[in-house]
Amino acid sequence: MFELLGIPPQALFGQLLLGLINGSFYAILSLGLAVIFGLLNIINFTHGAQYMLGAFVAWFLLQYLGIGYWWALIIAPIAVGITGVILERLMISKLYHLDHLYGLLLTFGIALVIQGLLRNEFGISGLPYSIPPQLAGGQNLGFMFLPNYRGWVVVASLVVCLATWFVIEKTRLGAYLRAATENPTLVGAFGINVPRLVTLTYGFGVALAAFAGVLAAPIYSVNPNMGAELIIVVFAVVVIGGMGSILGAIITGFGLGIIEGLTRVFYPEGSSVVIFVIMAIVLLIKPAGLFGRAA
Amino acid sequence: MASETTTAGLAYGKRSLVRGMPGHHIAIFIGFLVVAAVAPFLLYPVFVMKVLCFALFACALNLLLGFGGLLSFGHAAYFGSASYITAHAAKVWGLTPELAILSGTAVAAFLGVVFGSLAIRRQGIYFAMVTLAFGQMIYFFALQAEFTGGEDGIQAVPRGHLLGLLDLRADFTLYWVVLAIVFFGLLIIYRVIHSPFGQVLKAIRENEPRAVSLGYRTSQYKLAVFVLSATMAGLAGSTKALVFQLASLTDVHWTMSGEVVLMTLLGGMGTIFGPIVGATVIVAMQNYLASFGAWVTIIQGVIFVIAVLLFREGIIGVLARRLRKPL
Amino acid sequence: MRKTVLLLGGLAASLMATSALAQDINIKMGVLNDRSGIYADLAGEGSVIAAQMAVEDFDAAGKGINVEILSADHQNKPDVASNIARQWVDDEGVNVILDVPTSSTALAVNEVTRNANALMLNSTGGTSELTGSACSPHTAHWTYDTWALAHGTGSAMVEQGFDKWFFLTADYAFGHALEQDTAAVVEAAGGEVVGTVRHPFPGQDFSSFLLQAQSSGAQVIGLANAGGDTVNAIKQAAEFGIVQQGQSLAGLLIFLTDVHALGLEAAQGLVLTEAFYWDLNDETREWSARFEELDGDKPTMVQAGVYSAVLHYLKAVEATGSTDADEVIAKMKEMPTEDPIFGEGYLREDGRKIHDMYLFRVKSPEESEGPWDYYEVLATIPAERAFRPLEEGNCPLVE
Repeated sequence: MFELLGIPPQALFGQLLLGLINGSFYAILSLGLAVIFGLLNIINFTHGAQYMLGAFVAWFLLQYLGIGYWWALIIAPIAVGITGVILERLMISKLYHLDHLYGLLLTFGIALVIQGLLRNEFGISGLPYSIPPQLAGGQNLGFMFLPNYRGWVVVASLVVCLATWFVIEKTRLGAYLRAATENPTLVGAFGINVPRLVTLTYGFGVALAAFAGVLAAPIYSVNPNMGAELIIVVFAVVVIGGMGSILGAIITGFGLGIIEGLTRVFYPEGSSVVIFVIMAIVLLIKPAGLFGRAA
Repeated sequence: MASETTTAGLAYGKRSLVRGMPGHHIAIFIGFLVVAAVAPFLLYPVFVMKVLCFALFACALNLLLGFGGLLSFGHAAYFGSASYITAHAAKVWGLTPELAILSGTAVAAFLGVVFGSLAIRRQGIYFAMVTLAFGQMIYFFALQAEFTGGEDGIQAVPRGHLLGLLDLRADFTLYWVVLAIVFFGLLIIYRVIHSPFGQVLKAIRENEPRAVSLGYRTSQYKLAVFVLSATMAGLAGSTKALVFQLASLTDVHWTMSGEVVLMTLLGGMGTIFGPIVGATVIVAMQNYLASFGAWVTIIQGVIFVIAVLLFREGIIGVLARRLRKPL
Repeated sequence: MRKTVLLLGGLAASLMATSALAQDINIKMGVLNDRSGIYADLAGEGSVIAAQMAVEDFDAAGKGINVEILSADHQNKPDVASNIARQWVDDEGVNVILDVPTSSTALAVNEVTRNANALMLNSTGGTSELTGSACSPHTAHWTYDTWALAHGTGSAMVEQGFDKWFFLTADYAFGHALEQDTAAVVEAAGGEVVGTVRHPFPGQDFSSFLLQAQSSGAQVIGLANAGGDTVNAIKQAAEFGIVQQGQSLAGLLIFLTDVHALGLEAAQGLVLTEAFYWDLNDETREWSARFEELDGDKPTMVQAGVYSAVLHYLKAVEATGSTDADEVIAKMKEMPTEDPIFGEGYLREDGRKIHDMYLFRVKSPEESEGPWDYYEVLATIPAERAFRPLEEGNCPLVE
């Protein structure tokens, strides 16, 4: 049996698969950021907090209403999406005529408030949320033991990502969206309610973050800070991919998850910075990002 | 207001520092010195030194944000690495405090060159994200490197003797030294803002393509202001390390970067004295509300939201508009 | 004659009254710990309650000792901790600082009290540096330290035949120290370290590292990390079926509250070392029941340690009639300790409090008979072997 750099191939397959699972979270989150950025020109710093809210809503539904994982997967994104809509109407919409930096600062402040409130209420040590019974256990794939739930995470996120891509690139609604990104005034003149389109887009981007949060709840501990560090990595993913295309955000997300997974085998000490290093290299070679259009 | 500062700035840009300063700026600087001279007798001196260090830090960020139009969300990297290097130099290498501070500041300047030359390749929000990512890289480095002591940080840093003579162990002696350093830093920043260099910066901030068409190599200007801002942030971090005799992960964490942006925003971006006021308010709040724990973060978040939605000029910005004078 | 006697009696009485007044001692204690973060459940408000219990049980007020207890949140940040400690000592005249979780903040406060007229009685901070190279004449390290936990768990597991180890280590100074300490014990006891992986700190996803541990052929996976990292690693180990497939997990820094948060389903079979468990004997059960009435939860070993430390401090204050830091700590080291928490023990000259430690195994859900019934005692580690020998610590206080 051959070995690659001292790692048996079975172990390598296992690690690639795990990288893909982590990449799923990067992909959904960077996709949400890309959708919001495309239309609102706002970097949604609250994204990490909204991802965390998704997980908390799932926990809340189970704890107080006895509503399980599968319904939470639908209810939590809608609920958090609605809070996003309210947020956009009340606050973010007031900033469109200003420098984009204010949007970043505002959403940063909102993230601090949300995380702080939940930390006060629930502490930081994390709340338990179990894997749904239908997905308990796992498969022995020969080269690794794959918990069923992790397999489900990859499938679910791929489906959601591709569906989003399809809606935006291939449907009429998506065409409006893309047109509004290019020229909102003109699209408005055609009788399309652009502000409402903007609001709903923000709500949808936020719902994607919450969906990722529910997916994460059973495997990572549900705590108020779970999104705070993650969002910075996702920002780097976004810089690497560039904001040019929806497909770009998805591919970059999965790809970087795999690269990070491989780093964990070959050089675990560097796995927390590898994405930032890649970002620096991409900035040197292709400042607009891998899939971005030159500014 | 922008045109007002520009013309006024051009007028005294070429003159020497004090002669060219408008009267009310001289008055404010003197007022600052008087307050700073009295403060340690009324308040806990270590607390006042903390305010001073953060005032310099916020002014350094403001140089980049308010006058260069570049929002760095990773300035803790320069503040914190300088703090670590100073602590290490004073404790392990046994350098005198002034050399320790200089080496910390030099490292911050070096990092400013490396990260700055990469970051200025992107603008606006991308610039913010890139600086944030670099800041996080430094954080992970500080966490893993041996000399930083990981979570423990570098503790029990000796304050030492200034120039080998003046014993800095007493809070009061150190206080005057810190005041001198911070005041010196503030004067440099003031001078830069009102130099021809500062005028070009403002032109780039307002309309970069036009500045390019006028023949300015804008990326060189941006890099220069980035490095200068990082250096001053480093000076603040180095000084802080001696005051608290401690360099820790708090100094390099992204929440620190966020806090200093908040100080600048609250005091008034693009004003000269705003960041000092902002830093005072935030540090005082953290100090006196410390017993409320997590509420401090929530209040900071609320201030962010209010400042962005209703109060974008900041405290000093509003004041300047009322008085019709650039402050 | 009679008159004189009365007069003398009156004089004596008034003299006694004045001397009682002169003996009135005022003490300020500051509980400095994490009240909102990851160690808020472990120590937090419970430590304040434990300190109050000690003051009441000692009947301080009846003995002319007035105790005021302050508390503050240091947010696990050394700069915040050192700031608060400085202000307490300089401005407020605090005599003793209690609890101080996390190694980094403990070391910071250690430096503040070193040159001040104040003591730190540390119960929750882990680092054995406090009684090693960083030891201070004004610090007592009460409940446990990392050396005791690593050695307890490491040597006991090798004795039971688990001699092939794999370490999952948090990649920073604290994790490295924990790993090295334990690896040294494992090897000294005849065991073997077959591999090590260093994970980023703080980590969210441990699956990749667990997979490496799984394929290493080790019998034991030693978790050289703390807090949320340990909890997440154990949770994900359960997901990947690590324990079911025959490997054991050894927590090197894990507490009752972590087991409580994990639940027995995920934590069962975990082996760990602690200094105290509520269900050890009648005295601990009685004390813990009183604590639970006030706090709502069973006490952790570090909360119990705060009680024990305050009790011994007050005894020393009573004996010396002084609040001078040097006098009181000298008396504390001279008198043997005794309390319902740790039984009999003593405070060593380097500031290390010496008592028995225990090796526990976490019960399975079927074995547990009710809430908080989590541990089964595997072994008692006698006091003389539980802590690092005095001469190995390199504490400058010890010639």
